[in-house]
Amino acid sequence: MKLKTLISALASVLLIGSQVAHADKWGDQFPHIAATGDIPGMCSYESMSQKDYSGRTLTINTHAIPVMGEPTALHAEQFEKLTGAKVEVTHTPAGDLYSKAMVPFQAGQAPYDIVFGFSNFINDWKRYLAPVPQEYVDQMDGVSASHKAIASWDGVMYQYPVDGDRHYLKYRKDVIDNPEMQAKYKADTGKELKVPTTWKEYGEMASYFNGWDWDGDGELEYGSAEVMKKDDLMYAAFYSRSVAYAKNERTPGGFFFDLETMEPLINNPGFVEALTDWVDAVNYVPPGGINFGLGDEINSFGGGQTLFSFSWDDAFVAAMQPDSPIANQVGAAQLPGADKVWNRDNGMWDAKYNQAPFFVWGWAVGVAGKSENKDVAFDYLCFFANGANHQADIGIGRFGVNPFMEEDFKADVWTQIGWDKDIAQSYVDTLADMEKSTNRVFPLRVPGTFEFNSALATGTAKALAGQLSPQEALDEVYAEWVSILDRVGADNVRDAYAVGVKMEDNEL
Amino acid sequence: MNFKHKYVFLLPGLIVLIGILIFPIIFTVRLSLSGWNSFNPGLDFIGLKNYIRLFTDDPRFWQSFFRLSFLAITTVFLQYIIGFALAHMVWKDIKFKRFFRVLFLIPMMTTPVIMTVIWRTFFHESLGPLNDFLSIFGLQPPWLSSPGLAKVSIIVVEVWQWTSFMFLLMLAGLLSLPKEPFLAAAVDGASPFKKFIYVTFPLMAPISIGAIIIRLIEASKIMDTVFVLTSGGPGTSTETSSFFIFIKGLREFQMGYAATASFTYLIIMIISLTVIVKVLTKVLMRE
Repeated sequence: MKLKTLISALASVLLIGSQVAHADKWGDQFPHIAATGDIPGMCSYESMSQKDYSGRTLTINTHAIPVMGEPTALHAEQFEKLTGAKVEVTHTPAGDLYSKAMVPFQAGQAPYDIVFGFSNFINDWKRYLAPVPQEYVDQMDGVSASHKAIASWDGVMYQYPVDGDRHYLKYRKDVIDNPEMQAKYKADTGKELKVPTTWKEYGEMASYFNGWDWDGDGELEYGSAEVMKKDDLMYAAFYSRSVAYAKNERTPGGFFFDLETMEPLINNPGFVEALTDWVDAVNYVPPGGINFGLGDEINSFGGGQTLFSFSWDDAFVAAMQPDSPIANQVGAAQLPGADKVWNRDNGMWDAKYNQAPFFVWGWAVGVAGKSENKDVAFDYLCFFANGANHQADIGIGRFGVNPFMEEDFKADVWTQIGWDKDIAQSYVDTLADMEKSTNRVFPLRVPGTFEFNSALATGTAKALAGQLSPQEALDEVYAEWVSILDRVGADNVRDAYAVGVKMEDNEL
Repeated sequence: MNFKHKYVFLLPGLIVLIGILIFPIIFTVRLSLSGWNSFNPGLDFIGLKNYIRLFTDDPRFWQSFFRLSFLAITTVFLQYIIGFALAHMVWKDIKFKRFFRVLFLIPMMTTPVIMTVIWRTFFHESLGPLNDFLSIFGLQPPWLSSPGLAKVSIIVVEVWQWTSFMFLLMLAGLLSLPKEPFLAAAVDGASPFKKFIYVTFPLMAPISIGAIIIRLIEASKIMDTVFVLTSGGPGTSTETSSFFIFIKGLREFQMGYAATASFTYLIIMIISLTVIVKVLTKVLMRE
């Protein structure tokens, strides 16, 4: 027995030793993974170095640098060195990613082997993409179940998971947790200063901390930085504000549409309440905040200009980087909720606290069905998302690679890159709680997604600009959605929407 | 050389013309009669459905067209006035004439998108230098957040960028004017103002009409400035026809409908510009 234990211990030491040796070797050669070295796996540096793709050329259409474009190019360069393949990377603005792939797809061509886009493209793109081979799916044990579901359609994975995206609340911890500020806020408003749990509280605090120098840096600070620019992802921000009022666990069967009748729900009192709040928010965003796109929001909150922000992880990770003026002064929490939620079954408000995480779409990538280099393409994607690359990528805010692996939800991963322990814990708890929630909303992934979201962006932008009241704006969106349903076919939309509803209703 | 040989020599030109002009127009017309979108790719035939939708159920297209008309007419009018004034200034013998001639041409030589990004930074309401300066006087105009000022910002950028073009054409026109009418006016003792009104301006009428029409055609396609500066916002307050068509075609992927809007817009522009040329010719050339 003792001998067995001794042999086993010796074997373990040798195994660990061999892995460390790999880590040193590859970490020295590729500084990007110096912190972890290579992490063994099907697509590790070691495994890729044993492939020979000399004479093969891989073409990739990805986003502009830096967000997702920079890691794509970096991993392409590494992949070339390891495998001998030639990788040609094209960078495209976010708004053109869809059409740049869709035009050749519809013409039966595949100018790119790999196309980057957003996860909500899946319904439109899936018929032109090659399913992810089972051998690659099998080694994705660490990918969270929700992100496997987002990357798949009817059980078939079409998008290779490289990024996980959620919207959550980011706040200035040095203000919200500051006893002096808490006392001042209490004295001035009679209310407690704490992490807001409802959008009304969010609005009150943001209004209070709007337009004065509350951090003593000589500059004015403001309440909130939000994505409000039309056609720049603003519809995602609106959905984040809407889920609290319009996603009711008691009324399963659709958040965007009533799945049974395909009646759009976009102008019901829940959405109107959310838009009314959002119109008020125009008063507590920085000057020009109504034109903030995602980049502006990241820079504004990450640069210490606002108390709150809510959207993708990037602003939070950027704020936590060592060169940020507010590093280790920010906190993460669930999106605020509401003290009431619309019940479409009885046409009344349910007077109960409601909170719903929004699993907003994120970066997604697929391999063209007509690609002649599918083997190289899937190896590249597998390499892109291997353990070592993933760990290095998620710590760099501008990369746009956000947590989607189970291990990302451990605080140690983040303390290793310099985050304070309590901040890291609040961050991973926020993400993990979203995974556990049973009242989640997933992005709209139906034929004509862009038409629906574009109509919503136009309507809500009109309300924010004061051109229409919230009710008028959403009535206009409703009419446009009915018209889109008519054009695309309500049954076609229903078939696709049912998949998302199953996920929301915890049936998948 | 017989009759048939002429056609052989014309053929290369005709092929190019068909390839780059006729075919795209015919294809656009055909596309406009289809329901091509992200879900139904291909040239199916849906008759006049898209046209009926455009004319009866899409006020946004018409609002964007009238907004475009306002922006195009305003910017071209200002470009004409300023461009003509600058050209008139450097036409005279003034100090540093050559320097000014080059200086006034610089905006036109810059890349529109890059310059609009710089203007956007300039107009940025919390971080931009303009409001930083105006805050000294207690002013913080919402350049890009107010529907009215956003239009003003677009007009400023367009006028800054394209007045050079107007300046160039007007200066070329002024330099080519005959000297005799000016000598005759001088002999008659005409004041500089009268010389301008009765000699320079009428002589410049044909060039003015040409320059205005060229700029109107260009201004009616205004897209990059709107796209970069405001994305059509706030709300839809700066959305123009070309931006609308871009959104419908390449954002929402309603290819058939975008083709309908595009072809309708082309017809409207042909009619409008023909009328404008007639009116300008009548007014400026006093036919």
